[in-house]
This record gives sequence, C-alpha cells and structure tokens, in this order.
Amino acid sequence: MDHYTTATLRVNGQDLRVVFPTHHTLLEVLREECGLTGTKHGCELGECGTCTVLVDGEPVLSCLALTAEMEGRSIETVEGLQDGNELHPLQAAFADLGAAQCGYCTPGMLMAAKALLAENDDPSAAEIRTALAGNLCRCTGYHKIVEAVEWAAGVARGEADAGPAREVLFGASVPGEGS
Amino acid sequence: MTPPRSGQVIAPDQAPPASAPGSTQEDDLRVVGTPFRRVDGWAKVTGQTRFADDLTFPRMVHMRLVRSTLPHAFIRGIDTSKAEEMPGVVGVLTGKDMPEPFGVLPVSQDEHALCLEKVRFVGDPVVAVAALTEDQAADACSAVTIEYEPLATISSVDEAIETSEPLIHDYGDEGNLHKKISLQFGAVDDGFAQADEIFEDVMFYEGSTHLPMEQHAAVAVPEGGGRITLYTSTQTPHYVHKVLATVLGMPASRVRVIACSVGGGFGGKSDIFSHEIVAAKMALVTGRPVKICLNREEVFYCHRGRHPVLMHLRTGFTKDGAMVAQHLKTALDGGAYGSYGVASTYYTGALQTVTYGLPRYRFDSIRAFTNKPPCGPKRGHATVQPRFALEVHLDKAAQRLGIDPADLRLNNLLPPDSITANYLKVGTIGLGACIQAVVDGSGWRERFQSLPHGRGLGLACGSYLTGAGLPIHWNHLPQSAVQLKLDRMGTVAAYCGEAEIGQGSDSVLAACVAEVLGIGLDDVLLCVGDTGLTPVDLGSYSSRVTLMVGRAAIQAAERARDRLAEAVAEKLDVPADRLVFAESRVFDSGNPENGMPFAEAVQRAEEKFGALATTGSYAPPRAPGRYRGSGVGPSPTYSYSASVIEVEVDPETGLYRVEHVWIAHDIGRAINPVLTIGQVEGSVYMGLGEAMMEEQVFRRLPKNRSNALVHKVPSMLEYKSPTFHEMPPVTTYLIEDPDPEGPFGAKEVGQGPLLPIMPALANAIFDAVGVRIDQVPIGPHMIRKAVEDKAAGGDGRYGPKAFPDIDFGVPLMVPTPDEGGDGRATNSEEAGVRKGSGTMADGVRKDSKP
Repeated sequence: MDHYTTATLRVNGQDLRVVFPTHHTLLEVLREECGLTGTKHGCELGECGTCTVLVDGEPVLSCLALTAEMEGRSIETVEGLQDGNELHPLQAAFADLGAAQCGYCTPGMLMAAKALLAENDDPSAAEIRTALAGNLCRCTGYHKIVEAVEWAAGVARGEADAGPAREVLFGASVPGEGS
Repeated sequence: MTPPRSGQVIAPDQAPPASAPGSTQEDDLRVVGTPFRRVDGWAKVTGQTRFADDLTFPRMVHMRLVRSTLPHAFIRGIDTSKAEEMPGVVGVLTGKDMPEPFGVLPVSQDEHALCLEKVRFVGDPVVAVAALTEDQAADACSAVTIEYEPLATISSVDEAIETSEPLIHDYGDEGNLHKKISLQFGAVDDGFAQADEIFEDVMFYEGSTHLPMEQHAAVAVPEGGGRITLYTSTQTPHYVHKVLATVLGMPASRVRVIACSVGGGFGGKSDIFSHEIVAAKMALVTGRPVKICLNREEVFYCHRGRHPVLMHLRTGFTKDGAMVAQHLKTALDGGAYGSYGVASTYYTGALQTVTYGLPRYRFDSIRAFTNKPPCGPKRGHATVQPRFALEVHLDKAAQRLGIDPADLRLNNLLPPDSITANYLKVGTIGLGACIQAVVDGSGWRERFQSLPHGRGLGLACGSYLTGAGLPIHWNHLPQSAVQLKLDRMGTVAAYCGEAEIGQGSDSVLAACVAEVLGIGLDDVLLCVGDTGLTPVDLGSYSSRVTLMVGRAAIQAAERARDRLAEAVAEKLDVPADRLVFAESRVFDSGNPENGMPFAEAVQRAEEKFGALATTGSYAPPRAPGRYRGSGVGPSPTYSYSASVIEVEVDPETGLYRVEHVWIAHDIGRAINPVLTIGQVEGSVYMGLGEAMMEEQVFRRLPKNRSNALVHKVPSMLEYKSPTFHEMPPVTTYLIEDPDPEGPFGAKEVGQGPLLPIMPALANAIFDAVGVRIDQVPIGPHMIRKAVEDKAAGGDGRYGPKAFPDIDFGVPLMVPTPDEGGDGRATNSEEAGVRKGSGTMADGVRKDSKP
C-alpha cells in the first residue's frame, strides 16, 4: 500500500492543504491533487524542462522535486502569472509572436523566463538563451521565444517603444524589393 | 510596435467594395496578411489549453500497457491471473479481445490493437491493464507474464533482402519486402545517351523521430446509448474514427473522436495507435472512462518517424548543367508495420521532378520490414531523403561542370504551369525568387568559394505539397468542409473537422471567415476536430489544412455573405454588389454612413430566410497521371524554398558550427506573417536537428541477454536535439506571389522549409573544408575522417559505398507528356502490376490479412 503524506503547499500565493502518495513528485501533485494542469510533463526524468515551476523564485523541474519536501516553500506555476484577467507581459508577448505554437513547452518556458527577468530586467539574447537552454521546444526554433522575452522585458521596464522589429513580424525585406 | 490583437480589424480606409471572397487583391484584405495574435494564444499562455492528459472524468480509471521485450517472437502464453487480483485492477485485455486488424492505409491492414500471435519489435503492446490509479495499473502490469518463442530478427534492409524466412508479415511484395516499385517515365536510356556527363552518388539518410514534447495520451468515455467518445492527441481524428469503428465492431455513427490540442505532432500523431483503440475497448468493457498517457520511452516505440533511406542517384547532364535523364533508387527501412509506408515509398521518388526540368526519369524503390518501431511520416514525409540526395548531387555536378550552384539551379528551373515527366501538374513556382533572395541576402556571389579555409557557404532548394491531391480512402467526397452558423446575436460559429496541432490551423480558419464577413477574429467561435459535431476534414498532414480548410471556409463564408447581402440590400435599397462587409458592419460603399451593424444584418437575413447556416467544402482538382502509383505526388499547388547556410568547421576535429541560415519560402500569401515565419523557423530548426544530430538507431543486446534488437536511446537526454544554444540566427524571406488555388493565394509553410536545410549544410561543409559528407546526421568524426582521407590522396568523402543489388523487375513504362503520353502506362501487364498491393490511386483494397 502507498504511504500518504499531508502537507500545506503555498501555490501562487495561496495555501493548499493536500494529501498525496508520499513518493509523488511536485509535478504529479500540482496536476492531480491541486488541479493545476497548466504545468506539463514531457519526460518525467528531468530531461526536457517542460515541467518547470518556480520554487522560492528559482526554476525547478517539478518532475524531480518531491512534494513532501515542499512544505513552507513558495511555488509558482503558469496559473499564477496573470494579474486578474490581464496577461503578464511574457504571456502577451508569447501569444502575439507565436512563441507558443503547440503551447506544450510554453508554461515551463514562461516560468524559466520569469525567473530570469526577476534577476535581470534587461537580458541580452545570449543571456536569454542560456537561461532557457534547459527547456526544449520542438515547434518554434526558439527565435520567437527569445524575441518574446526581449519584448516582455522591455514592456516590464516601462519602455513605450518596446516591441518586435518589423522583420520579426513580417520577415526580412527581400533584397532588391526596396521595402 | 504592437501587433494587432485578435479581433482588432484594420480600418477599411475608404476601401473599394470587397470583390469576390478569396480575392487576392491585397487592398481588400483586412485580417489576412496581418500578424494577429493566434486565436488560441490566450489559452496557451495561461495554462488553460486542455491537452488529452489534462482531462479527467467522474469514475475515470487509468490504463497501462505491457510491451514486448523481444524484437521478434511468437507469443506462446499470457498469464494475467496475478495481475487481475492486484489492488485496484478493474480490467485486463489481450489481443484476442480485439482481433480485427487495422492500418491507416487500406493496403496495409497489418496491426492489431494488442499483439495476437506474434510480437514484431521491442515495445509492441501485448497486454493492457486498467486500475483505479496509474500506480496500481503499473504494478499490475509487472505481474503479467508472457511466454515467448523467439524468432530470428531482421535489423536492416540488407538483412531483409537476404532473409526471406521468417517472414515478419505474411503479406507484401516479396519475402520481407513490404513494397517494391519500378517506374519509368520516358526514354531514359536515350536521355543518358545524349548526356555530356553522367554523375552517380550513393547517399544515406538516417531515421529520426518526431520527439513531440507532449507524450501521446487518450481518454475514452463510454456514453449512454451504446456510444463511445475518445479524446485523443491526434492529427487525424477522422482516420482514428474509421479505425475505431472497424476494430470495435461498432457503427461509426456511435463512435465520436475529439482531437484535443496536440502538443507537437510533426507527423508523429497522424497514425492510429494501439493505445487509442485499447482505451476505447477498455472503457466499453469496464463501463468507466479510461485514461492512458504514454511515458517517454513508449513514445519512442510509437515512432512512425523518418524512414532510414539508402539512395542511389544517377543523372545525365548537358555541359551547361541541364538534366537530361535521371535514375533514382531508394531503399527504405520500414520497421515492423506498414503504417503510411507504401505512401512513403512512393514519396521517395514522386517530388524529384517539381523543381528543375527533368525530361526523363526512372524510379525504383523497396521498403523492407524490419524488427524495429514502425516508420511513417515525419515533416516532409519521405521527400526529405531524396531531396537531400538530389541537392548534394547537384552541388557536386555544378562543381564538376564549373557552374555556380545557384546558376545551375536558376538556369534549369521548371517553368510554371508545367506537367512533369511523372505527370504532376505544377502551378506557380516561386523558386527563382527564393534562390535570388538567399543569394543576395547571404552575399553568395562575393563570398561563395572565397571564404577562408574552414568557413563555407552551401545552397540548396526544396519543394513540398500543399495538400495531397488524393485522399487515403479513395472516394469522390470533399476532403475538407466547413459549416457556419450565424445567429441574431451576431455570433458566427465555424464547425470544421480540422485538428490544431500548433501550426495555427484554428487561426487560418477564423481568419478566412472573418475576412470574408468583415468581422473580427474574436467574433468567430470555433468548434473543431470533433467527429461527432464537425464535418469531416481529413486531418493535419501533407500540409493540406491552410489550403483545403481555407478554401472550404471561404466558400461557406461567401455563401453566408451573399445571404446577408441580399437581405441588407433590400433593407437599405442599394444594389447588393455595392455592399461592403468590414469593421463588423455592412454598408454602402458609395455612402458608408448608410449601413448597419453585422448582427443586425444577420437579423434581417434571418427574417427573410429563416435560420442561417451555410456550408463550404473543397476537393482538389484531378491530377493528370493515370498510371499505378500516380496517386502519390499530386497537389493543388507546390511550395518552394531555398536556403543558404554558412558554417564554420574545424578541420582538425571535425567540429562545426552553423553560423547563419538564410531561407526564402514561396508562401503564395501569408495568411498571418508572424505565424508563417514561426513555421519557417521551426522547419529550419527541425532540419538542422536531422542534419546535425538526431537519429533513431538501434543496437543488439549481448547474446547472453536475449540478443534483442533494442532502441539505442529511448530517452530525451540521449536522443540529441538542438537546444537554444545550437540554433543559429535565421534570416527569413517570405516570397509572396498569390497562387490561384490557395485561399487568398496562400500555399503551405509547415513542411517545405525543412527540405533545403540538410543538403545546404552538407554543401556548406564542402565549401568550408573540401570534403563531401554523403549522409546525415553529419557527425564531426565523419568530417575528420573525410579530411584525413583527402590528405592521404583519397576522394575526401564520407558516406555509404554501394546500393544493394536488387532485381526491380520490368519497370512500369509511362511515356512523358513531351513524348505524347496520356498519363497511362503502356505495359501494366508485363510490369506485373499486382492486384491487391495497390496505391492510393487505385481505390480501396485489402491485402491478405496477417
């Protein structure tokens, strides 16, 4: 028989009292006991980054984190990003640039990017790549994700002209067409 | 700069009256062509999108599968008695519970939901167990015992050719060869006789898998009245529907398949999978909802990915680089089941003719059964391998003939509106403009062959279908359909069987409807991918959705607009052809003040006609080929791409780094440019993965440990794929020349831009260090060996040495259009065209069942 543990988890700023099989990971308990299915799984072996959540502000692979060790820690998931019905700048930029295609790696990407912006409000493209390098995406080729994080960082800094370059939206000007 | 939000409509700005919907007049377009937020974007960034594994139902139980540990064996006994007694277990199924065979192609009905007498690869599913929790189901699976009698294992095409016994399947063209093809278009020998130069190459393209981030998942829900609903992660709900009804032995009208949002497809979720059928059966047996989510290892076993293909290419050229004849031979390692393999086999030859003039062409191919996970369609479906061979082959020819590789291609472009030697009808061709864009953008003219040793540029091209011309199940039915419901509240609901797999098909559907009716994207409510509620669309494969769904949506919206216009014209007392639909209003183009809100227009039409619903549908034009095999390759239109890749190679170690990719894609018209670029960049990424590192490969366990042929790397850590760090900068050019077949002129973009990437990299490595790597993925050790070989006076090449000696028999002879052919073969009987091993062109057939 399974052993069960009872714990109070602080998830997205609210305390949740949960009972779960002691060997279950944070990923499983978030999805199954807490009903927060926004956090996805791609391997359950710590290889893909899809299940990234923030624990005390740090990106953590929830598939490798034991829930039993999470009591008293602050857990943030994609469900906590919005402010009311307002999207977080990262969410808005991901949606607008197609940085979410199938959208499956997106929650993990958003959380890893949030942790980066909390440390560095003006990251270079290279810094964004390094911060997100543990998160795999099979759809986008990564560029739209980098561009979305750059845009969101600009918005978060309050820059009025923050926004993607024309070629991000329309492609490069075709040589010889002079546009 | 902020892109418009979905629903935001650009002001008509005194626009002229909207001409025919689907018009390609740029001035008329308000939604199409703008980089709007994808309509499913909000849900995807908030965690609200429901993927199959996110669903729960009251009384739901969980299922796991017991999979074969041997690559080829008879099943001599299955003991599930202990498992049935385990805590929480509610159901156990074996093959005999679902004996009806199935397969996605009518000609390859060779799978069973759970293996009956034999297992054919490590990972083949044998037993299913359902329990109250997933942990309990897994524990019970461990208590199942299966007794096997091992059989000799076939691990490669060569072994399949040599080994006629034991048969992996008791059907197929010859021994363990699933399919054998020989086609000849025109007087190929005469062509070679006229050639100034004849070049030959042997190339190999390793298999790779889709590696979607989402593991396959499905939930089957028994409903009252003998109905069953399957929620599943699929690209092709219609095909899942057909197979479920067949295997479950139920009327198709009692079976409903709902395609959930797919967390990455790339072709890997376009087949029908064992777990989908077994979940449905388990739900019917237990009377409870049943969920299964595969683990990552199982996803590698599902596979249906890129076929490993060995290729032999022989081409006759004139001195100025024109091709006069070509003979292509391909050998595909198919894995353990048919899947889409017959189509894949034809696709390794079909599209060689659509880029450059090729007056005479012969194509021979085999597909072998081997004891590995079945191969199938992956992005670019089996056209990718021969494209790699052709584009590297052309690079070598250009070098030997002393012609710039860009000029060799530009000088020999297939003219628009051609019928090729193999009877493909090609419409618009933007390839010349694509080549020009990447040549200019990369500084090719100044930099090719002029960079320092170790740095190089390579160029290659590609083309892909915008939707397969023929359906898998031969019929005269529409291949896509859209129904619109308009009501007095102004809501427009669009119903369509299409499956959103991340490529943006929902956004295309909404944009086409919104554009024609002059309403916002957010005014269009979508109901998609539900075989119970939506009209059939064949699914997200062959890059068919934008064109076919788009055309059906435009037709449905046009019909709705005509109805509204008739009623509004009466009310406003203006001619219907003067009405403009824009900004969620209907108004007189001569007097924009004279109009009404869209919702009121619907009310006027509802008063006049009663409840409003319209339909639209699309079927591709009939292709000119009439020979056996001509069903694979036709398309309403073809997209074109060209790429230049810049690479830095360390000749000492062979380590290399892609510095930049320039890519131009002939999109016809971008329905949404930012999403189009996303498809291009994603294709470049996936192409680089295949070119640089991705390989689905196998090894034998030691003899004392069963000697089984096992997957070498069934984990994401070991199956290497590019991360943020491996992805180079990409410059994307969208070449927009609207195609008359496409919705608003649009062509496909999801697959085509992948094709030039692999050969462009191989060609760039040659420019950098002067060695030829004739296979992918290209490992540093290959470059290192080729450099050593060259230094020792060799030819500086790394790649396969020979193509196996295969008797392809008498080819099916098809005179070309230039020779006065009518698309038919002249020697069907002599060529031994067999009954019952047909192609998709030949109607529904069933092979001998295993």
